[in-house]
Amino acid sequence: MSQQPVIDPALAEATSASPIVNRFSIVAATVNGSGSQTSNTAIIRALFRMGIPVSGKNLFPSNIQGLPTWFTIRVNEDGCVAREDSAELLIGINPETFLQDVAEVPPGGVCFYPDHFTEGLDRTDVVYYPMPVQQLLRELDPPKELREYIANMVYVGVVAEILGIELPEIREALLTHFQGKAKAVDSNMAMVEAAAAWARSSLVKRDRYRVERIDKTAGMILVDGNTAAALGAIYGGVGFAAWYPITPASSLAEALQDYLPRLRRMPESGKATYAVVQAEDELAAIGMAVGAGWMGARAMTSTSGPGVSLMAEFAGLAFFAEIPIVVWDVQRMGPSTGLPTRTSQGDLMFVRYLGHGDTKHVILLPGSPRECFEFGWKAFDLAERLQTPVFVLTDLDIGMNLWMSEPFDYPEEPMDRGKVLTAADLERLGTFARYRDVDGDGIPYRTLPGNEHPLSAHLVRGTGHDENAFYTERPDAWERNMERLWRKMETARGHVPGPIIDSTPGAEIGLIYFGSTDLAVREARQTLAGEGIPTSGLRLRAVPFQEEVEAFIEAHRQVFVIEMNTDGQMRQLLQVEFPRQAARLQSLRKNDGLPLTASWIVAGLRHRSE
Amino acid sequence: MSVTTESQATARTGLNRIGLSKNDYRGRPTTLCQGCGHNSISSQIVAAAFEMDLMPEQIVKLSGIGCSSKSPAYFLNRSHGFNSLHGRMPTVATGALVANRALLGIAVSGDGDTASIGLGHFMHFLRRNVPMVYIVENNGVYGLTKGQFSATADRGQKIKRQGENPFLPIDICQLAVNMNCGFVARSFAGDPRQVKELLKAALSFRGTALLDIISPCVTFNNRDESTKSYTWGKTHQAPLHDVTLVPRREEIHIEYEPGQATLVELHDGTFLSLRKLREDYDPTDREAARRLLSEARSRQELVTGLLYVNPDQPSLQETMGQVERPLTMLSESELRPDRASLDQIMQEMR
Repeated sequence: MSQQPVIDPALAEATSASPIVNRFSIVAATVNGSGSQTSNTAIIRALFRMGIPVSGKNLFPSNIQGLPTWFTIRVNEDGCVAREDSAELLIGINPETFLQDVAEVPPGGVCFYPDHFTEGLDRTDVVYYPMPVQQLLRELDPPKELREYIANMVYVGVVAEILGIELPEIREALLTHFQGKAKAVDSNMAMVEAAAAWARSSLVKRDRYRVERIDKTAGMILVDGNTAAALGAIYGGVGFAAWYPITPASSLAEALQDYLPRLRRMPESGKATYAVVQAEDELAAIGMAVGAGWMGARAMTSTSGPGVSLMAEFAGLAFFAEIPIVVWDVQRMGPSTGLPTRTSQGDLMFVRYLGHGDTKHVILLPGSPRECFEFGWKAFDLAERLQTPVFVLTDLDIGMNLWMSEPFDYPEEPMDRGKVLTAADLERLGTFARYRDVDGDGIPYRTLPGNEHPLSAHLVRGTGHDENAFYTERPDAWERNMERLWRKMETARGHVPGPIIDSTPGAEIGLIYFGSTDLAVREARQTLAGEGIPTSGLRLRAVPFQEEVEAFIEAHRQVFVIEMNTDGQMRQLLQVEFPRQAARLQSLRKNDGLPLTASWIVAGLRHRSE
Repeated sequence: MSVTTESQATARTGLNRIGLSKNDYRGRPTTLCQGCGHNSISSQIVAAAFEMDLMPEQIVKLSGIGCSSKSPAYFLNRSHGFNSLHGRMPTVATGALVANRALLGIAVSGDGDTASIGLGHFMHFLRRNVPMVYIVENNGVYGLTKGQFSATADRGQKIKRQGENPFLPIDICQLAVNMNCGFVARSFAGDPRQVKELLKAALSFRGTALLDIISPCVTFNNRDESTKSYTWGKTHQAPLHDVTLVPRREEIHIEYEPGQATLVELHDGTFLSLRKLREDYDPTDREAARRLLSEARSRQELVTGLLYVNPDQPSLQETMGQVERPLTMLSESELRPDRASLDQIMQEMR
């Protein structure tokens, strides 16, 4: 061991006086591509298995190897696990960022560091714990190619020992991570145990933080939104998916490819009841989905902002030709290439009107992985019911980070395949026009290719068409068609998921928000209530909106729209849809690429509430 | 060579073997220019489908945007179709035919659609080997926007507004052979018999069947010196062979001198008879196809016929291990995994 930093005696006493149990954040500052993700996930899973509510946010660079990455883990026994602005405990492994990382530790905090570091060890208001990484590596002597990965297990062992994380739960967590591969688990666990043993005999606990087993995660799961979305699509009967690799959406399609072979093969032949195609670009990915949706398969694609830009052309076609497809947009920072590995809610306006002319789209806004699953299957029902593209907007935070969740509910409703006429239907009706508004709801009936009734066939087109799908340039036909499409979007209001409203009696402040900010907003509302500022919350779950959204705005003296983009895009959409309320909507927005924190919301509202 | 076919006999009664008349295969009246090569190709699609007794309801028509892409409205009224986006037809076709593999795809594209804006999609479509008849109605010019050079225009070609084209043309068949497309043919709209026989062969092929059909634009590119004009086609066409498709059900009565004809068996058991006009040409030899196209290009000769054929490549649906039934025909219980499987996954995430 190189240096033992001198601890301020006053600090030592204060820190040992009142332990802080199950209520703190850890940040692991590591080097991208060094395998630290395995270590961090093992810590999260072990904490979760100890019954402690936990979350993990990976703040990673757009890089495969070598750039700094920060992984924050928050434990909170009340379930407040949104990101925090700062972490009390630092695992400082990256020499390039160490000085800055140490400087950001709040007073009374903790710093774990490899014992060969020589600088940044001079804060007297921080408890330092050295970790003999090189020494332990020499003693354990793992295979050369695994050295770097195993080295990251040192901090798992030391942190576990100091905080009280149970080693058997770390083993279980590694078993999950390595999908039961005993050899990988054993070689990593050997280092965890060696490091913990070293800490037990060589370190004296001098900080306040520790964990204790409780029972607040019973029956829950740990999952990321992209996996949840893929599973939702599978249980929604996805027939066709096409995609093009893009951060942070790739893992959605990859989860499809992981789970589909297991869940959707014919029992005897082993043949696939689905198709997943990695397309040559996003133009092709959505084009293929449109082809499959036209045929009557449940078709989807998944992408992020830059991919959505390329999909504009087909989005307009699918809207106008009325082809059901589902498009997942796992949002990252834009404009342009932006920040591929940072989170945002900046595609809202673009997606709502994606396509030239009077194109409009239905948007679903899941607020958690659990809703990603639910909207994963519901989006197909909606797309087929409305015969239009349904966009599901999540973001990097929901999509790629591990969230605690209630288990997913199996879909109880039968699939809604929408207004599809069979050959027998056509025989009975004796007449058919693809784009006729028979029911007055703007949604026409469709026939699928393969329907052999002579009335069935028509030529689908993106050009102007009449009720029979024939090309026409007649002004009246054009207007009729566009009015029907407008009517259809009105009908959509009654089909999309409504907002979740949590009203506080007497509250004069209303908060409107959506998506991944849910946990932060809920925590902020708790804090504000404690300060005597009661608020009501409305979490939007879809565009277009329902009347109750307007009623909520009217019912509150001050209404803030909280979102993660620079232009206040949700506010703008609300202003367009509820012009009478336009002036009453205030914007509370932040767009720095990081998941929103409760303390930022609280500070903003404290400042602006009247 | 002469082939006696039953369908020619039944055609005289006005009905084919599935009881349909030729009218049942027609489309709406064309809105393309009089004398446009594309109309002639539409007629041959009607004739080929009629003579092959295809159920029009089991065919889907696909196209992109452009003059050629309008033509699916002008044939097979009883078939579903999708007039999609400029250059993007291959993507729509891929999704459609993967979703319903029971349907027979006939796609019409143009040289702007395939060789310019959609070149990338075209190449990847060939690479995946999606079973479909892919017709390029190639005239070297953008017609619908009133006469601009396309990527297949000849170097040195002149048109009114743009002057002289300084760039070498893209040879669609060369690209297809290089991408290992299993059926590559070239024809000339002014040779309807050959167009029809190649169409029939393509319709029997289970894989991507590419037909690059030189189809002169009578309005913007029918000058005698253009290799995409009627005059050039008529004087420079060098057919490789007489092509005849022999349907499976018909006894083969082919008269040929030994060494004069090649028989190629296609997936549905039909035979393609190629009576050699060029002694040295073997359409199953990919290198030979490359050489032939390259030589023809340097001589500005229009070599027509089946340039390359290789039926032994897995289709995209086979590569992906898809069920035989169309994905669109699966029941809800086949599409939605059971409750126990979800419980199991939830258990694994604890």
